[in-house]
Amino acid sequence: MDFSLSPSAVDFRAEVKAFIAEHLTAEVVDQMHATGTFNDKAFNAALADAGLLAGAVPGYGDRDPIELYILFNELEKAGAPYDGLAVTMLVAGVVNAVGTDFHRTRVLEKLLTGRLNCCLGYSEPDHGSDVASITTKAVRDGDEWVITGQKMWTTMAHVSDWVILLTRTNPGVPRHKGLTMFLVPMDTPGIEVQPVPTMATERTNATFYDEVRVGDEWRLGEVDGGWAVMGVALAFERGVMGGTNPAVPLLRHVRDWAGGAASPDGGTMLQDPLLRERLARTAIGNQVSQLLTLRAAWIAATGGLPGLEGSMAKLYATGRYQQAVGWFQEMAGAEGLLSFGVDAAAADGWIDYDARHAPVTTIYGGTTEINRNNVAERHLGLPRDR
Amino acid sequence: MDLDLTEDQEAIREVFAGFFSYETGPERARAAEPHGFDTRAWDRLMQTGAPGMGVAESSGGGGATLADLTVVVEEAGAHIAALPLVDHMVAARLLATVGACDADVLAGATIIGLALRPPVDGVARTVPTGAVARRVVALDGDALVLIDGDPGDHLENHGCLPLAHRPLAGATVLAAGPDAVDAYRRALDEWRALTASTLVGMTRTALDLGVDYAKERQQFGRPIGSFQAIQHLLADLPGLLDGARLITAKAAWAGDRAVAGQTGMADMGDNEITDFAALACMALVSAGEAAATSTDRSLHVHGGYGFSEEYDIQLYFRRARALTMVLDDPARECRRLADMLLTGQATGATA
Repeated sequence: MDFSLSPSAVDFRAEVKAFIAEHLTAEVVDQMHATGTFNDKAFNAALADAGLLAGAVPGYGDRDPIELYILFNELEKAGAPYDGLAVTMLVAGVVNAVGTDFHRTRVLEKLLTGRLNCCLGYSEPDHGSDVASITTKAVRDGDEWVITGQKMWTTMAHVSDWVILLTRTNPGVPRHKGLTMFLVPMDTPGIEVQPVPTMATERTNATFYDEVRVGDEWRLGEVDGGWAVMGVALAFERGVMGGTNPAVPLLRHVRDWAGGAASPDGGTMLQDPLLRERLARTAIGNQVSQLLTLRAAWIAATGGLPGLEGSMAKLYATGRYQQAVGWFQEMAGAEGLLSFGVDAAAADGWIDYDARHAPVTTIYGGTTEINRNNVAERHLGLPRDR
Repeated sequence: MDLDLTEDQEAIREVFAGFFSYETGPERARAAEPHGFDTRAWDRLMQTGAPGMGVAESSGGGGATLADLTVVVEEAGAHIAALPLVDHMVAARLLATVGACDADVLAGATIIGLALRPPVDGVARTVPTGAVARRVVALDGDALVLIDGDPGDHLENHGCLPLAHRPLAGATVLAAGPDAVDAYRRALDEWRALTASTLVGMTRTALDLGVDYAKERQQFGRPIGSFQAIQHLLADLPGLLDGARLITAKAAWAGDRAVAGQTGMADMGDNEITDFAALACMALVSAGEAAATSTDRSLHVHGGYGFSEEYDIQLYFRRARALTMVLDDPARECRRLADMLLTGQATGATA
């Protein structure tokens, strides 16, 4: 095995780091947490203008998916607003894999400019993990489809130009077989976006679709072939596109805080043996998470679809992140409860932020239980029980 | 970047998977208890050249890299071989660096071990292979010393390892000074990486045993492996296993690079770690945790039978625990790692 990056990947990483150093200003970070929108259009556009986005679409062109991993990993480690960009590039990858020339011209090329966004419309109020049971319906009317229903957790819908929408087109067949995916322009009449605030700083949305009419050219994949499109999207989503190294900025924040924080036992918190042990355990978790993610990227780079490997990376990384957040918030004591902008907040409020954010990481993008089902059934070959 | 084994390593894996499957395994491990040494398997292993394969060709060995050796010992761990292979390989490489590796050690006719901790009151205590190794290398102050004599009296223990105390009286000094200390530290890091790989092998088999049992065992009219409560206990393990194997492979890669004179770095703030000493420590802690979790959950899935002597999982459970702890408390290993990561001077043996 060889764990060194290729010279071109090393150059790419240096470019990304230089970009981040220049463009990820305190204002950009403050803005993202103040608005709850982890998407910055000017930042995305600058990334595209710097030529760093073309490699960010999974499976697109001849760029190495290791570059895709590098881009999102560097953005995640730096604490940049990348959530909206990751979803947008994921949709770009799906469009590239299953879309028509119309989709490529009208959507993919524009997404690559960094100036437009997509969001994901899979979950509904009554159908989350059991996404194959969704009820938002699309009914054919000549050359058009009429879509009616409601989606939940449509994060970034309020800044998006398109939503990829999973709909039911055939209620008369087993649930996986009657689904169709659409790419719907968000300015189509009949779409309403309502904010859903969360316990962390990030905002998400509920979206409503009232007899939304789109032409058949906006269909993504086959009629009743939506489940296959979902499969492509999920394989891209888990592991490779960020979300597996959230404890890297956490560790940095805690280390920097601990060096200057007085311990009630004397000395600084950085001299506390238990804190040092936990910093090291978190550093180990961060390395292993990185390696599991790199493996998923490497499988994608060598022509595979790393669905299971992505599930393993997500299971491992999110569990470690939550464990670390719990440790460090407790060790920061009462000041570990204080938020951004508050006097004496441990790590300037980052510990409180991570402790608020961490619970969602084992829920979104496929819950821990769904990922365990995947591994149990498809990797270990245990009998299916649903 | 290449996360596959090389062609040569695939061939090595195949040969040694076959060897350990045929010559070792749970029945042989059971027969070797409590002493923890399978004499017949060691004699056969000598014919494969494994004891000296990690020594440089210029010193008469097989010239295998640390990465190659991880492949061999993962298979030894997977088949719970009661053999002092890791300690012998590491100590032989260490001897070669001071020009003291003779033909008997290369062949494995003389077994050599490594004292992992500083001697106390003239005794190297609880040496992992002290009850089977004639010779033991220890670091006494800044002196690398060689103990040579009859193996020590076996100390009955949790994992049925061939543990023994070995007095330093009569030991000869092989080398002394900063270079000797560095060579010994490098050997300890190699021991960490190879023991981690052994633990990865044990993690792998423990998972297989649990999955096989869950598919076969029927309760309430169904295989217990169809219950989500059982599935989810087992489904966390492949990620732990693969993660431990990856970081162990990365440690070995860094160790081989260090031999070639390439120093690594350890930047925890950016999660960029290529330093051998840091990675070896991470690998051991990570593999120890994977092995503990895998053997524990697999044993639990076996129900009462897992606790009984008759079933194999208890062998893996006890051995994994023992191999993880014979060096030190993993928490202390983590504090050592913190010292390396926080000073930014984690140069280990690469300096």
